[in-house]
Amino acid sequence: MTVSQRASVLSEADTPHSLVARFDASSPLAMDCGIDFAPFSIAYQTYGVLNAERSNAILVCHALTGDQHVANIHPVTGKAGWWETMVGPGRPIDTDRFFIICSNVLGGCMGTTGPASLNPNNGEPYGLDMPIVTIRDMVRAQAKLIDHLGIDQLFCVVGGSMGGMQVLQWAATYPDRVFSAIPIAAAARHSSQNIAFHEVGRQAVMADPNWCGGRYLQEGVKPEKGLAVARMAAHITYMSDDSLHRKFGRKLQNREAPTFSFQADFQIESYLRYQGSTFVERFDANSYLYVTRAMDYFDLAADYDGILAKAFKGSKSRFCVVSFTSDWLFPTSESRSVVHALNAGGASVSFVEIDTNKGHDAFLLDVPELFSTTRGFLDAAAKARGIHQVHGA
Amino acid sequence: MTDASPRRLDDRNDVRVDHLLIAKMVEPNSRVLDVGCGDGALLQLLATERNVDARGIEISQAGVNECVARGLSVIQGDADTDLSDYPDDVFDYVILSQTLQATRRPKVVLENMLRIGRRAIVSFPNFGHWRIRTQLMFKGRMPVTDSLSSPWYETQNIHFCTVRDFVALVDVLGARIEKAVAINHFGAPLRVTAPWWVWNMFGEQAVFVLSRK
Repeated sequence: MTVSQRASVLSEADTPHSLVARFDASSPLAMDCGIDFAPFSIAYQTYGVLNAERSNAILVCHALTGDQHVANIHPVTGKAGWWETMVGPGRPIDTDRFFIICSNVLGGCMGTTGPASLNPNNGEPYGLDMPIVTIRDMVRAQAKLIDHLGIDQLFCVVGGSMGGMQVLQWAATYPDRVFSAIPIAAAARHSSQNIAFHEVGRQAVMADPNWCGGRYLQEGVKPEKGLAVARMAAHITYMSDDSLHRKFGRKLQNREAPTFSFQADFQIESYLRYQGSTFVERFDANSYLYVTRAMDYFDLAADYDGILAKAFKGSKSRFCVVSFTSDWLFPTSESRSVVHALNAGGASVSFVEIDTNKGHDAFLLDVPELFSTTRGFLDAAAKARGIHQVHGA
Repeated sequence: MTDASPRRLDDRNDVRVDHLLIAKMVEPNSRVLDVGCGDGALLQLLATERNVDARGIEISQAGVNECVARGLSVIQGDADTDLSDYPDDVFDYVILSQTLQATRRPKVVLENMLRIGRRAIVSFPNFGHWRIRTQLMFKGRMPVTDSLSSPWYETQNIHFCTVRDFVALVDVLGARIEKAVAINHFGAPLRVTAPWWVWNMFGEQAVFVLSRK
């Protein structure tokens, strides 16, 4: 990592290349851990124009290692936005038609308050002094941003994976503020297997001597090796066996024969090492601990006497639930139980399981069926909401 | 909606005969689940002409996608396995249009339909129709007709029945037949007063409205 990149990760946490909404002690965030948290900031991006009726706003919720840079060049990596296939002019989530908002989650490291942000009490990064964040805390923070933007009801809340968890939490906590909802490759709770994978990642970070008990920023070091291993392990869970085999098989990396050593002989090894090394350039290790923890604690039914249907009882929102056949991290069965709960609660729900070998990551990739489903659902919902076709078209 | 009348329905010449027949049986403004809703044509007809709260279940991804694009609430699922997940009495009508013969357990499907809906509307191809009988009688081969065009080894239809078989099953289920219509090869309804054997011989399709006794 170059010096400038190292500096840019840190600066994004406190002075992001984004719009920022700041909330002071007069508007604290009531967190699940019992703390009234203030002050805090939310860094966000918007695309498109809010209409006069303020009825065309779509909140995009990002996944574990995502951020608010949905459809613009990323300020740290210089790469395209993480969902440019879905969000943009003429795309299914059409910026010519809708006003799209995406904010960095609470506990993140791209400008919303998180462990890498400066603690105003001592002028040092929060580190482990940051309160433990839940998915509901993230959603409460987003609701404050939506209030700040003067929007009563979101036309749609959409997201994949952890973003889908936020979508479900939005629909349960603020049913009147969600006209439609698209949870993709998500679940109403994090499974034991998923918690297990996250724990492996966190232990890798904390086993790195450079983690320094969470005070690495004060010590001027970074637990890059631990975070890279965490990312490598997690990355395997985002793909299917089939997609890995098609992409890499047993192919060797720039060599004719095995080296009889522990170098990255196989392409898959080289690929994972690359994924790990690029990840640490843009992500804060403590943020990784906090955000994975938020997912682990997520169990929507637990807040409703263990009955998921109660979370959505009487909901007037329209739902479009999407899963992928080869996603073993958030399998279709999890989406189905959400659909059953929505049906039992009498909600309007569509559900499609898309046939793909791309695994959990399919929601980020070029999957035409995902685009056509999203486009069709949003078009129909926009009609029901009275949102007109493209301005001036 | 004042224009959602049967008269207006009769003016629709762009829809399937059996869909039109079913649409006339559905009270306006009711809650409807269409099991095996295909591309959503019937649901859309019911939503626009009868102002119903339209829901569907469809097994194919392409069908679900078309339905979602039409603005319908449709779930990808299977009549045989997914109806049991619905609570009791949530729909006014549960419709099974030309799908009964493709289910693995038709009796269980019908039981579930009568449990989750106040009424069940079932349409099916009548295997007792004279064309089918003559093919079996004179050719000694499994019948292939215009409406049942796949050979036996490729058809999705695994549980054919005749009108009389269906009436017998309704009896086993302890359900009430509220209404029954048979339509001939040309899509015209047979006389209501005709005896069952006439229906069983000349009805190419039958539509039944059932309710719990």
